Amino acid sequence: MFELLGIPPQALFGQLLLGLINGAFYAMLSLGLAVIFGLLNVINFTHGAQYMMGAFGAWMLLNYAGIPFWGALVLSPIIVAIIGMVIERTLLKRLYHLDHLYGLLLTFGLALILEGLFRRQYGSSGLPYNNPLPGGTNLGFMFLPNYRAFVVVASLVVCIATWYVIERTKLGSYLRAATERPDLVQAFGIDVPRMITLTYGFGVGLAALAGVLAAPAYQVSPTMGSNLIIVVFAVVVIGGMGSIMGAILTGFGLGIVEGLTKVFYPEASSTVIFVIMAIVLMVKPAGLFGTAK
Amino acid sequence: MAANATPLLEVKDLHGHYGESHVLHGMTFDVHPGEVVTLLGRNGAGKTTTMRAIMGLLRKRAGSIRYQGTETVGLQPNKIARLGIAICPEERGIFASLSVRENLLLPPVVLPGGLTVDEVHELFPRLEERRNSQGTKLSGGEQQMLAIARILRTGAKLLLLDEPSEGLAPVIVQHIGQIIRDLKKKGFTVLLVEQNFHFASTVADRHYVVEHGRVVDMVPNDKIAENAARLEAFLGV
Ligand SMILES: Nc1ncnc2c1ncn2[C@@H]1O[C@H](COP(=O)(O)OP(=O)(O)O)[C@@H](O)[C@H]1O
Ligand SMILES: [Mg+2]
Repeated sequence: MFELLGIPPQALFGQLLLGLINGAFYAMLSLGLAVIFGLLNVINFTHGAQYMMGAFGAWMLLNYAGIPFWGALVLSPIIVAIIGMVIERTLLKRLYHLDHLYGLLLTFGLALILEGLFRRQYGSSGLPYNNPLPGGTNLGFMFLPNYRAFVVVASLVVCIATWYVIERTKLGSYLRAATERPDLVQAFGIDVPRMITLTYGFGVGLAALAGVLAAPAYQVSPTMGSNLIIVVFAVVVIGGMGSIMGAILTGFGLGIVEGLTKVFYPEASSTVIFVIMAIVLMVKPAGLFGTAK
Repeated sequence: MAANATPLLEVKDLHGHYGESHVLHGMTFDVHPGEVVTLLGRNGAGKTTTMRAIMGLLRKRAGSIRYQGTETVGLQPNKIARLGIAICPEERGIFASLSVRENLLLPPVVLPGGLTVDEVHELFPRLEERRNSQGTKLSGGEQQMLAIARILRTGAKLLLLDEPSEGLAPVIVQHIGQIIRDLKKKGFTVLLVEQNFHFASTVADRHYVVEHGRVVDMVPNDKIAENAARLEAFLGV
C-alpha cells in the first residue's frame, strides 16, 4: 500500500475521518449561531448548553421512556427547541433594543445555570450511550465505522438543506429580508416577532440535533457543550458571522485541518484553530466569508 | 371630493416622538378613497415621521389614526399592513440579499384585488428584464420603481409614497408621475410626500402643507396656481 511522508494510510484516513466528524459538529453548531445572530443580533452563548441538552434529551428519552436513538433524533431537538423558544419569548426578547452585550451576558448566564443543573443531577463524569449503528466497512485503505459515516452524511444533508431553504426559497427570502430590515418586513404584514421566535427555535434545534448525534460518538456529559463551544466560536470568528455557506464550509474545513494536524504535527492539534483565528483576524477581521457591518 | 364621504384615512391630533424629542405636534388631515393627497414641507418638517406613524413603524405615537374607521394607533405594523396600507419608504428599502424578483414577491398579499405580477411588469417592463439581478444592483430609478412595484401586488388600497421623485433624473421623475396617475385610475388611494411641488401639482388632488410637525394649510390642486408664489416661498425653492 502507498504511504504518504511515512504516514500509514490507515492513520491518515482515520484522522481525516475524525476531523470530518468534528467538522460536522462545528458546521451544525456554527450554522445555528449564524442564523440566530443574523436575525436576532444575539450571540447565543447558550448554544453549547443546548447542544448538551440535546444529548441528554436522547439519554433521558432512552432511559426514562425507552425511546431509542432514532426517535430521540427527532424528539430531542424539538423539545430543546421549544425550551429555547420559551427562553426567547420570556427573556431574550426584552433585550433586543439594548446593546449586544446584554444578550451575551444573559445567554452566557443561562449556559452556566443549565450546565450546573445537569451536573448536580447527573454528576460530571459522563454517561454512556450505545452506538445505534455498530459495525463498519473495510474500504481497503481504512476501516469506516457505520455510525461515523452516518454522522457525516446526516450533518451534510442537514447543512445543505438549511442553506437551500434560506438562500433559495420564499421562506428564506423572508428570513434574509428580515435580517436586513426587520421593521420594513413587518410593515409589509409579516409577523416578524413570531419569525424571530421560530428562527431561534430552529437554531437551537440544530444545536440539539448535533447533541443527539454526538451522544453515541462521545459521552453524554454536562460539560460536553462548553468544551466544544469555545472551538465553535473560533470557527465562527474565522468564517465570519452571518454567512450561511461560510459557516458550513468553515466548519467542515477546520475539522479537516484539525484532523490533518493530528497526523502531521500532533503537538499543535488542539491549538491550530486558534492560530488560524489569530491570522484571519489580522488579515481579514470580518472573517473569511463575512462582510464588515 | 364629496364633503360628506367618509375618509379612507383620518389622522387627528397625531403626536410623535423619537425618544425624548417631540417631532409631530398634532397632525390633522384626511385622505378620501381614490384621492392622491400630498404632504408638502421642508426637510425636517415631519413628513416621513407621519408616514412611519401611520404604518406603525413609529412606536411613540399618540392621537388618532383611523383607516376605514378602524383605530390603528396601538396596532403592530404587520396588523396595520393587513388592513390594506403599504409603504414605499424614503430610502426605498430594497433588500441587497434578495434578487429583483424576490424583492418584488416579498410583500405578502394581504387583501384580494391587487395587481397580478404580469400587470406589475406591464407598468415596469424593466423589472422583468432585470429579475435575476441583485436588488441593490439596480440604478436609483429602477430601485424606486421596484419599491413602488412590490406594494401593488399586495391588495393594499392606500399607498404611502415617501418622496419617490427624490434624487432622480427629470425623465424618470416624469415616468413616476405617469405611474402615480395610472395608479389613481386603477383605483388606488395615494398619500404622497413631496418637497417638489411642481411635481406634486402634476399628480395630486389636494396638498397639505406641513411645518414643524403640524398641518398649517390645505391647498386643492386647482387653486395651486394662485398659491404658487406663497408655496414656493414656504418650501424655500
Ligand atoms: N430616527 C430619528 N431619531 C431622532 N430624530 C429624528 C429621527 N428621524 C427624524 N428625526 C427628526 O424628526 C424631525 C422630522 O423628520 P422627518 O419626519 O424625517 O422630516 P421630513 O420627512 O419632513 O424631512 C426632524 O427634526 C428630524 O431631525
Ligand atoms: Mg422625509
